[in-house]
Amino acid sequence: MQVNGEYKPLIVAFCCNWCSYAGADLAGTNRSNYPDNVKIIKVPCSCRVNPMFILRAFQRGADGVILCGCHPGDCHYTSGNYYTRRRMALLFSMLNFLGIEKERTRVEWVSAAEGAKFAATMNEFTEAVAKLGENKRLEDLRCKR
Amino acid sequence: MQRIGVFVCWCGSNIAGTVDVQAVSEALKNEPGVVFSTNYQYMCSQAGQELIINSVKEHNLTGIVVCSCSPRMHEATFRKTAAAAGINPYMVEIANIREQCSWIHKDMEIGTEKAIILGKAAIAKVNLNAPLTPGESPVTKRALVIGGGIAGIQTALDIAEAGFPVDIVETKPTIGGKMAQIDKTFPTLDCAACILTPKMVDVAQNDKIRIFSYSEVEDVKGFVGNFDVKIKKKARYVKEDICTGCGVCTEKCPMKKVPNEFNLGMDNRRAIYIPFAQAVPKVATIDPNACNMLKSGKCGLCAKVCTAGAIDYTQKDEIIEEKYGAIVAATGFNPISMDKFDEYAYNQSKDVITSLEFERLTNAAGPTAGKLLRPSDGKHPHKIVFVQCVGSRCESCAEKGKEYCSKICCMYTAKHAMLTRDKYPDTEVYVFYIDVRTPGKAFDEFYRRAVEEYNVHYIKGMVGKISPEGDKLMVRGSDLLNNKQLTIDADLVVLAAAIEPDKSARPLATMLTASMDTNDFFTEAHPKLRPVESPTAGVFLSGACQGPKDIPETVSQASAAAAKVIGLLAKDKLTGNPCVAQANELMCNGCSSCEKVCPYGAITYVDKEFRMPNRTTAIRRVASVNPAVCQGCGACTVACPSGAMDLNGFLNKQIIAEVDAICK
Repeated sequence: MQVNGEYKPLIVAFCCNWCSYAGADLAGTNRSNYPDNVKIIKVPCSCRVNPMFILRAFQRGADGVILCGCHPGDCHYTSGNYYTRRRMALLFSMLNFLGIEKERTRVEWVSAAEGAKFAATMNEFTEAVAKLGENKRLEDLRCKR
Repeated sequence: MQRIGVFVCWCGSNIAGTVDVQAVSEALKNEPGVVFSTNYQYMCSQAGQELIINSVKEHNLTGIVVCSCSPRMHEATFRKTAAAAGINPYMVEIANIREQCSWIHKDMEIGTEKAIILGKAAIAKVNLNAPLTPGESPVTKRALVIGGGIAGIQTALDIAEAGFPVDIVETKPTIGGKMAQIDKTFPTLDCAACILTPKMVDVAQNDKIRIFSYSEVEDVKGFVGNFDVKIKKKARYVKEDICTGCGVCTEKCPMKKVPNEFNLGMDNRRAIYIPFAQAVPKVATIDPNACNMLKSGKCGLCAKVCTAGAIDYTQKDEIIEEKYGAIVAATGFNPISMDKFDEYAYNQSKDVITSLEFERLTNAAGPTAGKLLRPSDGKHPHKIVFVQCVGSRCESCAEKGKEYCSKICCMYTAKHAMLTRDKYPDTEVYVFYIDVRTPGKAFDEFYRRAVEEYNVHYIKGMVGKISPEGDKLMVRGSDLLNNKQLTIDADLVVLAAAIEPDKSARPLATMLTASMDTNDFFTEAHPKLRPVESPTAGVFLSGACQGPKDIPETVSQASAAAAKVIGLLAKDKLTGNPCVAQANELMCNGCSSCEKVCPYGAITYVDKEFRMPNRTTAIRRVASVNPAVCQGCGACTVACPSGAMDLNGFLNKQIIAEVDAICK
């Protein structure tokens, strides 16, 4: 996304309420810095994230989308993150076809105790997306003002 | 159209330090739906909440956005405020501008910019919020305590005291846990058995408490107030209700060489055994791996000598199903394995023992009847070296030890050293330590007594190597305060092994859907304010399963967990979570995709009559969600191919609105 004529990657992070959102909170409590490019949307479980939400974010100009959930086996809803894993494997396998680099998306498992991991993951992901440059391929021109 | 009020909190300087709150409230004023926007020092304070209530009335607000700390912190507070102001509590959304913004960014401009975007996303969501009403569910007035150590015992006694029935599930044949194995307790040096066993008897005699010993939790289903639990009662081949605990069978059994796990394998028991004299329930158990009769059908001596006729070789594992309103995890701890610590020669020499083994050696009911004798030759040791932090605070050796401090070792080592010097004044005692940590009531005084009155030699430094030479153990370590290397020819070495959560905790956490930290300790709902609750509603934590603890701390936490359980069981009805799935019957085509992914079985299908064109009707199969069972994960919403399934509170259009607001 262009901000004041400069490329600044915009990253949408979907975080599950029980593990990753709490992990993000812990990163905040510990004052672990991560880039302001990352904007978090809270969902009850990572399995709530419809692949459409991810595509929508890309259409509207997001440069990267990251999906964070509980570690496999630790899902608050027992099996939600397993659905996420399978659904995202399917979605990601089609991204190249849609014209988006696969590296712009990622699924990460971050527990409520892993504030440091959350911050590190966001730092690393933002850097990786910054290297890819601006996402232009899927941008819906109808959304341009 | 909503009439939204935006309330930006300064949180003192926590938010206002890196976010220009005035600019945020100004910028959000012109968002669609917003009719009022303001900021205040502490929105969660009474004055702040009154500000919200008054503004709702003054501006006729229908929705509220609070830009403040994490919703995990104060969402409930502001929902109550909304209810007090007369609007539906689910018309409140929180923009997390503290944990996700002011605390991670140092630049005012960046922080303000991000706070505005987060605020916009919350406003976009509230614009699509609808009032929600939670359903109610009944509470089963019975509690389950998993683990029968001092933590589980105390929790069960306190819950029973309030008049609620409690079941204790314990994997071992007796309750009592680690405390039953301990000799004396610090810092008072009273005998552990003398203070524990009366409590064990209380449990046995309490008609509100049932003990499932030699049993395991097999399966947990349901939710707060309504857990369905399957308990596997393992076959002990002795009828519990008939056995009198006389112990004749345990004396006559010919299988004499079974390592006695209660004494940590330092002596032997028979194939049929009672772990210790004060066991509760005092019932014999046959070890199926050692018993000849069970293995080959040859023997049957115990059945012959049992005058009560309690032996039953045909007994099978039994599954008990019971409903509970609350579950308390009290699975406790174990010392870590010393197998990987080759440098301490634990596996090479019998005279290198762990502290728990030392407890058994000094216990009057232990393998040596309380005489401190070397396990190898039964001689009295004259020089004992204690090594602290074996596997604790071990950052560099994460693959074999633990990074955390095990908390109890400094004190019990001081206790062991003191007791040894007291009973055997001719014995020299050395303690190697990194730091001596004694933060507890009368703890430091206790440690100083060990040094000053009992002349225990404390040496600051780590032990590098222990090597058996003849009948001595050469302990090579460093003395950091005198800056020199030491070699001590010890007769006995005691390792203060780090403690770790019991191995049963991990599978249990999976069954309970309770979260754990990286060390497999249960995570608490809030580290400071909700330390005895798991984030999973209805699951509580007692004792060392939550983190290393000594006995007084364990008992206080156990009672605190009991108080929380009593608070829950005292309610007749619980209000549920209204953020549940809902099917749009007009769009649903009855394909069953949602039913297959639902982890709770909350979705069923009903035949419904629909009006069709030309005044005809048709009966169609459509999904129906049971709101009392649905937990609101949203798996079904994505599985639904026709987009008929949606999740209240996290509607598709709401999440998309948030995405759009962020990407604008």
